[in-house]
Amino acid sequence: MAEQVVTLKIKRGEGGGPSRWEEFKVPRKPMMNVISCLMEIQKNPVTVGGGNTTPVNWDSSCLEEVCGACTMVINGRARQSCSTLVHEISPNGEPIVLEPMTKFPRVRDLVVDRQRMFDSLKRVKAWIQVDGSHFLGAGPKVSQEDQEVMYPLSRCMTCGCCVESCPNYNERSAFMGPQVISLVRLYNMHPSGKMQAGARLDAIMGDGGIADCGKAQNCVKVCPKQIPLTESIAVMGRETFKRALFGWLLKG
Amino acid sequence: MTVIKLCEAGIPVDLLSLVPVKRSHSVCAQGGINASVNIKGEGDSPYTHFYETVKGGDFLANQPPVKGMADAAPGIVFMLDRMGVPFNRTPEGNLDFRRFGGTLFHRTAFAGATTGQQLLYALDEQVRRWETITVEDERGVTIPGEMMVRKFEYFDLTGLVLDSGGVCRGVVVQDLKTGEQMTFRGDAVCLATGGPGLVFGRSTNSVINTGSAAAIAYQQGALYGNGEFIQVHPTAIPGQDKLRLISESVRGEGGRVWVPKDRNDRRLGKDIPEGERYYFLEERYPKYRNLVPRDIASREIFRTVRHEGYSAEGQEAAYLDVTHLTRTPAGKAGVRKKLEGVLEIYEKFVGVDPYENPMKIFPAVHYSMGGLWVDFEKDESTGSLKAVSPRNQMTNIPGLFATGEADYQYHGANRLGANSLLSCIYGGMVTGPAMAAWRESRKESAFDLSSSLFDSELSRRREEFEALSRRAGGEFTVNPYRLHHELGDMMLTKVTVERHNKELDDVIGKIKEYQAQWHKCAALDTAMKGTMSQPVVFLRHLKGMLDLAEIIAAGARAREECRGAHYKPDFDPELHENDPKAVGRDDAHWLKTTLATYTPEGAKLSYEEVDVSLEKLAKRDYGKVSKPTKTEGASAQASAEK
Repeated sequence: MAEQVVTLKIKRGEGGGPSRWEEFKVPRKPMMNVISCLMEIQKNPVTVGGGNTTPVNWDSSCLEEVCGACTMVINGRARQSCSTLVHEISPNGEPIVLEPMTKFPRVRDLVVDRQRMFDSLKRVKAWIQVDGSHFLGAGPKVSQEDQEVMYPLSRCMTCGCCVESCPNYNERSAFMGPQVISLVRLYNMHPSGKMQAGARLDAIMGDGGIADCGKAQNCVKVCPKQIPLTESIAVMGRETFKRALFGWLLKG
Repeated sequence: MTVIKLCEAGIPVDLLSLVPVKRSHSVCAQGGINASVNIKGEGDSPYTHFYETVKGGDFLANQPPVKGMADAAPGIVFMLDRMGVPFNRTPEGNLDFRRFGGTLFHRTAFAGATTGQQLLYALDEQVRRWETITVEDERGVTIPGEMMVRKFEYFDLTGLVLDSGGVCRGVVVQDLKTGEQMTFRGDAVCLATGGPGLVFGRSTNSVINTGSAAAIAYQQGALYGNGEFIQVHPTAIPGQDKLRLISESVRGEGGRVWVPKDRNDRRLGKDIPEGERYYFLEERYPKYRNLVPRDIASREIFRTVRHEGYSAEGQEAAYLDVTHLTRTPAGKAGVRKKLEGVLEIYEKFVGVDPYENPMKIFPAVHYSMGGLWVDFEKDESTGSLKAVSPRNQMTNIPGLFATGEADYQYHGANRLGANSLLSCIYGGMVTGPAMAAWRESRKESAFDLSSSLFDSELSRRREEFEALSRRAGGEFTVNPYRLHHELGDMMLTKVTVERHNKELDDVIGKIKEYQAQWHKCAALDTAMKGTMSQPVVFLRHLKGMLDLAEIIAAGARAREECRGAHYKPDFDPELHENDPKAVGRDDAHWLKTTLATYTPEGAKLSYEEVDVSLEKLAKRDYGKVSKPTKTEGASAQASAEK
């Protein structure tokens, strides 16, 4: 019979300061996820040793795996804590280990600052350049086939799982990560996004761009939205190659 | 949207957000956005959309803004399409539209099952573009290094800066990553801070939806309108940490709601033969069937399960079933294509395959029709909203605007599905120009005022926070998270689908007790300087939630009728045929907006007339067949008792 408690080992600390481990036991309930365990700790912030401590800080918002906020490293793997169910990762009461993501500066406990990912979106012009929000009639027609390619790419939550698992993404490298390359593919596919395709390709051909991908292929395995990241990298690899070869002709 | 409109008018904006913008609650909107484009040639029109929206809201919404919204809807969807939202398409490559509750037309554009996420992303991207564009002065000279949008994420409102004339001149905010508080000046301030779902503990809302910013505005004098109107969504998955929505689009695409006819049936849903299923919505509403408006569907499910004793596998739930759709020619792949994202939630969080098993669902708090009271200016020639007026979307605090779920304007007593994304974008399209017009009309800019005004509010808020973070030991014995849990449980059981005056009296008394207990809440954290401290911030939010709970409960207690999402069985003529008090919707006395004013003693209520200048009141009728199930219900009851 399964244990009636959930054991959590949590790596805690402030900013760049030292880390410490704290262990908690919380009552086990049906359909529990990692977030509901953390909520139990808030109601009774006492460690296994009986010591009073502070409630754990963590990021969360939607709890439906569409916002990307609650990403953390759970038992060694980056994933959303809302969609990590206790009965799946701890069927027999195995301890659950929670750590902050390692590729971003820690704010406190399990909260990290993922600003770098949002900054990359600016660099690659991850938007459609509309003439304005005033009325200009319907948008361009898009085939069902293209929509079916674009929609999955557009579900990227900027959660950070892919870059956490990427050996080439770290504080010493300028690599922007697979998610950015995949979004360039999305905007370059769009009928009016295409018109700025060259500028976006240039952005991923420079420092921190597609050439920094080491083809480890971890990203596609950990993406919670199953975005075909490696396929996007391959497609963009071809596009940037073409531009490197013939781009000077276009620039005229 | 407000930000984009301001930038387009050449006005630089400071955008402050509690979480990174991409992680805001709009991501949770699944189903779609309404616009009467009439793509299927059904004879739909913006006027019909307007009428169905005010009717769906039981005529409590001011009609001119609703008309403005319905008229603007097709243009809004086209604009989003131009911004690259990957909407689903027809074979010709046009936007596809589906059916939603409260209408018989295909009016809802959608992007997979995450329309809200896709709309938010598109607008966030446009704002990000403005983050890279430099400010130009009046002569067209760029100001180096100054961007049109400065974005500050992980910032929380702690106070409004009001001048001696009561005009809003800026805000005090806290950088949650460091705990540091600071002021921002603004010639106009807009709160687009969402709804207060967390007042009910667990809801379909994101955990950031505490309503804190609206509560602070209320504490500083902003009126709160129609707080008692809280939409309960009929179909959510019960969970420990939140109640996850299963979108109305499931019913729009043919999903059916039922319970086993035998109240003691403990078999799995999929093992119950067709003949032993009770499709109570279809039987009671043969015209709209499973697509009756949300308040009605919630009430029927609640009544069927709670009062009539039906259940799903013995649990307090009904079934929402798509398994029959997998047996149609389109098959499982067809269902998957349209509903994958929604059904994935069930699969992921319940661990059961919804293509094979009917889903177990129960109603959950979903949306607040109420919110900060905002003004509007009517265009007398069209009956609609005046396109540009500084009055539009402005609260009673001059210079302070509100939009989105944080305002009360567009949904009356009940919101129709797929109107929320529309109202928040339309609200922004109106608010941006309104703020620009207000700024234009001011003689003195906030940036010309003496800093003492800002400094005094800042030091007041700093002292407040420091006092909170010092709360440890001694009298501070209450855990704020447990207090929140108690508040949520009470609000959820007593102030949602059904409301009784006696219970509401108890609730109001209890909230007073909780407010007293709040003063005994411990900080649970030392809030070291320069460090994030979620528990202390939560204390501030909890105070706001207690105030909002009071507004909701007091408004509900006072309103002696049934209207939209506000339902009191004691006033339902169907249940009390010969009771003169049971008037149902009481237009003679209650066709008015509830306004709550903050006083140190509690919420003070007053009322305002509703602008019903465009459409006459009609009975809100969705073709319910009167008591079709009485005999069947009675016999089932008898067998259950045996």
